[in-house]
Amino acid sequence: MQKEYRTIASIVGPLLFVEGVEGVKYGELVGVELPSGEKRRGQVLEVERDKALVQVFEGTTGIDIPETKIRFLAKGLELPLSMDLLGRVFSGLGEPKDGGPRILPERWADINGAPINPYARNYPNEFIQTGISAIDGLNTLVRGQKLPIFSGSGLPHNRLAAQIGRQAEVLGTGETFAVVFAAMGITFEEAQFFIEDFRRTGAIERAVLFINLAHEPTIERIATPRVAFTAAEYLAFAKGMHVLVIATDMTNYCEALREVAAARREIPGRRGYPGYLYTDLASIYERAGRLKGKKGSITFIPILTMPEDDKTHPIPDLTGYITEGQIILSRVLHRKKIYPPVDVLPSLSRLKDKGIGEGKTRDDHADLFNQLFAAYARGKEAQELAVILGEGALSEMDRIYFRFAEVFERRYVSQEEFENRSIEKTLDLGWELLALFPRSELKRVREVILDKYFENGVRKSKETA
Amino acid sequence: MEKLKEGRIVKVSGPLVVAEGMAGAKMYDVVRVSEMNLIGEIIRLERDMASIQVYEETGGIGPGEPVYPTGAPLSVELGPGLIESIYDGIQRPLNLIRDAVGDNISRGVSLPALSREKRWKFTPLRKVGELVKGGDHLGEVEETSILLHKILLPPGMEGRIIEIKEGEFTVTDPIVRVETKEGIVEVPMMQIWPVRKLRPYREKLSPLIPLSTGQRVIDTFFPISKGGTACVPGPFGSGKTVVQHQLAKWSDADVIVYIGCGERGNEMTDVLMEFPQLKDPRSDEPLSKRTVLIANTSNMPVAAREASVYTGITIAEYFRDMGYSVAVMADSTSRWAEAMREISGRLEEMPGEEGYPAYLGARIAAFYERAGRVTCLGSDTKEGALSVIGAVSPPGGDLSDPVVQATLRVVKVFWSLEDRLAYRRHFPAISWLNSYSLYVENLEEYLKKEVAEDFPDLRGEAMRLLEGEAELEEIVRLVGIDSLSTSDRLILEVARSIREDFLHQNAFHDEDTYTSLKKQYRILKLILHFYERGKDGLKRGVPIQKIEEISVKGQIARAKYIPEDELEKFAEIEGEIDKEMGNLMAKG
Ligand SMILES: Nc1ncnc2c1ncn2[C@@H]1O[C@H](COP(=O)(O)OP(=O)(O)OP(=O)(O)O)[C@@H](O)[C@H]1O
Ligand SMILES: [Mg+2]
Repeated sequence: MQKEYRTIASIVGPLLFVEGVEGVKYGELVGVELPSGEKRRGQVLEVERDKALVQVFEGTTGIDIPETKIRFLAKGLELPLSMDLLGRVFSGLGEPKDGGPRILPERWADINGAPINPYARNYPNEFIQTGISAIDGLNTLVRGQKLPIFSGSGLPHNRLAAQIGRQAEVLGTGETFAVVFAAMGITFEEAQFFIEDFRRTGAIERAVLFINLAHEPTIERIATPRVAFTAAEYLAFAKGMHVLVIATDMTNYCEALREVAAARREIPGRRGYPGYLYTDLASIYERAGRLKGKKGSITFIPILTMPEDDKTHPIPDLTGYITEGQIILSRVLHRKKIYPPVDVLPSLSRLKDKGIGEGKTRDDHADLFNQLFAAYARGKEAQELAVILGEGALSEMDRIYFRFAEVFERRYVSQEEFENRSIEKTLDLGWELLALFPRSELKRVREVILDKYFENGVRKSKETA
Repeated sequence: MEKLKEGRIVKVSGPLVVAEGMAGAKMYDVVRVSEMNLIGEIIRLERDMASIQVYEETGGIGPGEPVYPTGAPLSVELGPGLIESIYDGIQRPLNLIRDAVGDNISRGVSLPALSREKRWKFTPLRKVGELVKGGDHLGEVEETSILLHKILLPPGMEGRIIEIKEGEFTVTDPIVRVETKEGIVEVPMMQIWPVRKLRPYREKLSPLIPLSTGQRVIDTFFPISKGGTACVPGPFGSGKTVVQHQLAKWSDADVIVYIGCGERGNEMTDVLMEFPQLKDPRSDEPLSKRTVLIANTSNMPVAAREASVYTGITIAEYFRDMGYSVAVMADSTSRWAEAMREISGRLEEMPGEEGYPAYLGARIAAFYERAGRVTCLGSDTKEGALSVIGAVSPPGGDLSDPVVQATLRVVKVFWSLEDRLAYRRHFPAISWLNSYSLYVENLEEYLKKEVAEDFPDLRGEAMRLLEGEAELEEIVRLVGIDSLSTSDRLILEVARSIREDFLHQNAFHDEDTYTSLKKQYRILKLILHFYERGKDGLKRGVPIQKIEEISVKGQIARAKYIPEDELEKFAEIEGEIDKEMGNLMAKG
């Protein structure tokens, strides 16, 4: 039995300063018992001689100085692991939240994990079909990738994430993903949306949900993504499953981190976020990936709402510096009623080059997306120019680009929420739209590919292709 | 050596541990922390208290636990076996760590950087009785099919060889015995060198030879010299890592040291998997056979990240001392600076700009100062070069960032990556208007002699056209294209061709990924030939639309895909330009 202390010296925000302690270790899990008998958990953030600084996950409301009891538990925060995790809903700290029983663990694992040895990694290169053209065709997702959705408040990022979760599959394998869902500070309605969607589609059977709602303790959110990845690592690397981790909203996570930093009176970095935000986020995001000789994989889609739609805000900025690309949603497209409102030009999947082409998607994929991309970029420029000078000022060719950009948004980017487009269909649609142009204008496509797929402005029939 | 007293931990705060009872310890000495034997380095001393940055996670460590001084500074092992290795920030072999403890890095693992078992064939280059001094080549080992590893007498040593062996030895076996003033010294192949101390050379030389990188916008417009320094700042996704990888692949250096400093694990895997498959265009051997990797990715301990750039550059200096041209890529120096900031914050030092320590600028300058073209130590005159290319990742891509500014004060080449270009998928997204190279003049002689007399002039003309384009675009934006004169429209046409057919270079295209200097010259000359003929055409009344639509343009656009051994094709396309333009003039 560990020693019990009643030696809290002060309480600041989510932090306790405990004195007269002995044998305390950095990072250790702490049990806090309130006068009411309520039990909470905390973690040692710093220890100096006989003083320990403790962050309380459930917050400090109701904690007093004379009566509250503190215990140092000689281990880190751990999650019980077993296949029974699937189909269950837990709190942000991994406590059952669905009225079901506690997990009978096969084993326990520290939620912080240990860094993956870069030498042990396998390069992600297997195409994931999401059935969404703006992703599959232009910003291809691969197994083991970390690809965030940068969104703004009021944009349909949750619907998009749920659609990906529903439709994601690796072609030819028939394999589906297990989904680990981490919610941090989202509303009840948002959480309900995901739970209902998982229920309706049966995905709940292969899903694990960790949910911390907006009214629930903020500091708990610091643990939530780590808890989720601990479950994901178990499913992927111990049980060989392909796991899709969806985390929303990372902005709330970062704010919790900022709250602790402020309470510690750390020197704030940009916009008050701690200077180590990059490293902290990396310690979560880098848990995604594939390992040599292991069957499973972890693909990670964090969602974050950009404050003021500003991509240079530290949260999207540092996320972009860690992830392998980003899907950016556009308010302008959303207003035009385009779903999913993917802002194609600044979106990017950095791993797409290794996941597409012959044997993965189709031999024309790379040329085609380069061309679609270039044409859309030029079309956008033409649109801008037309705003200033009027459409009349455009050259004949620019007018075609102008038209292309519109059709492209309406037909290629836009699709139904329950429409699952095959990659074939996405690629063919691309050729169909390029038919607006004369062949000589398609400079980004190699001749051999043009010969095979493009003839007098129409996609050749599949037999000849 | 006297046994140093062990200390006791009094404080643990993330990667920072404070211990008391450390009297006698020296700054930057390595210590072992707790019974777990975690590696740390002393970064501040106050009376008998030492502040220690720990290179491994400190979870589970607490006050009262012991700290064992080692009495030695943080050092690297230098000798055969470096090439094709992958190390963490403090030179622990990541491949062997995986063999030992599995896919995740656990703590307290201690493995030698250079194998103690492997035997290397040592061929002596010196004889008994010869006088040798520090830096002299004692012999050599064929480390890989393209790298002869010279075994050096360590700096500072001098004397007469009284025995030199030949045959197969491990790195710690003595291979030479030297009689010095201080007595007889046995010299093994391996040297140990403290990472924070620069390895000495005889003198610095001015950089006159380009480091050919095969990247057109770099070699032609903003070249770096052998022994030069360059930085690549840019927002996320703008192409810093791709530029660094391209340079690591295609630079004509003898040895590459690639430091993945606080970046993605998958990017290191990419290098590990790709380099053995790629052939060096000069030797036709796998690129991995000249490459050393340092990987301290973003999820690995932050203090070891701080050390990683020093580990990398010390290894690079060692190869430079053999008389080789070495290139170091550090991706990203911002993560190194952030590691400094984090440790400095925990030490509660007075913060400078953006919370970075006041010595940020000094550290960055000192790091890049270790680059250069030099005369190596030793009795005969050998020349070595160490080029350093650092990526910088400023928040929001904002170049006023302190790390960018401190770097720009010391480096001579600035490749400015712009997200505006990256969004248009103009790669490499190096801005031709904002970037610069202060080596351009230094390298002119070499380029004239080795490539073509008029290469510098062509470069100048192309640059003027691009600048002209920027001004003209401004006008077009305001009043439309119709207001331009025909000669201005020709400038726009040619500038577009320079951008799309020359500057734009796809790193993932088999032929396009590398372009020799000779071919770069030919492409540029081809485009400017079109310009000259176009001007003639205009003079003779050919309408600008006809020139804009000329069919040879397609061939110009594809000229970059002409294989390196078919450069005669350029003359054919030039002929085709003359022919088609001639036809137009005849009609006009
Ligand atoms: N020369 C190039 N050719 C083709 N594609 C390129 C080139 N340079 C960059 N890219 C594209 O841009 C993407 C991002 O490049 P890169 O990973 O180098 O960015 P970065 O600046 O290092 O970003 P971060 O700061 O987040 O690490 C690549 O994945 C690739 O798709
Ligand atoms: Mg990068």
